[in-house]
Amino acid sequence: MYSKKEIYQALVKRHSFSTQQLLKKGNVAIAGLGGLGSNVAIMLARVGVGQIHMIDFDVVDITNLNRQQYFLEHIGMNKTDALKQQILKINPYINIITDCVKVTEQNIKQLFYKNDIICEALDAPEEKAMLVNGIREYFPEKKLVASSGLAGYESSNSIKTRRISKNFYLCGDGITKISEKNGLMAARAALCACHEANMIIRLLLGEEEV
Amino acid sequence: MVVNGKNVSLKQELCLIKYLQEKKYSLDYIAVEKNGTIIPKSKYNTTMLQDDDVIEIVSFVGGG
Repeated sequence: MYSKKEIYQALVKRHSFSTQQLLKKGNVAIAGLGGLGSNVAIMLARVGVGQIHMIDFDVVDITNLNRQQYFLEHIGMNKTDALKQQILKINPYINIITDCVKVTEQNIKQLFYKNDIICEALDAPEEKAMLVNGIREYFPEKKLVASSGLAGYESSNSIKTRRISKNFYLCGDGITKISEKNGLMAARAALCACHEANMIIRLLLGEEEV
Repeated sequence: MVVNGKNVSLKQELCLIKYLQEKKYSLDYIAVEKNGTIIPKSKYNTTMLQDDDVIEIVSFVGGG
């Protein structure tokens, strides 16, 4: 077992002391732990974000393994529990908070009021829109990093991060939805997840531009 | 006015809901910001668009 100090010093060695201090203070919520959210959570954990609040109602299914950060042994487990288990193997000192619930218009206020940055990583377009509308309406002062358009194997370079308004960022190509030709695939989902994760890291380090 | 970065000429005030319907947006799949502030869905039919407004209509597609 490695001590808290050993793991923190390793992160400082890679990222510098001042950077790590800021990342450690980070308090990020991730709504949806699929191809986007499971990747975002692991990346934030690896860089040592201090508090990660993970929200998903679903269990791991065999069809998730083409792109989501789970293993065969996790099938049937709550995604929140399966992902927490993995993150604690990367860094056991991260404060992980889980909520195994579906995000609804009714629970947005209560789910997200403690978090500074919210990552929208849901799947269905109406749920993405519902969460974005809710966060922007109830918590306009919080940073929101959302996503749209990441299916298939279109060019990597069409995935972008845009700043829609002061506290609202949107990652993805904006258009490619799930279809028969364009299923969700590991690489492009992870590309969009990397855009979301890097924007969150930038915000934690005081960079507001995309 | 400017919609999603493009100039749109507006001869007179226009209700947001009319504009969205005209452009065939699916109301369940969008978020609309006017001058950097979200317009709640309940206010789409009372929000008027003016020529100096900057509008962002974010459309969500499935996948996550």
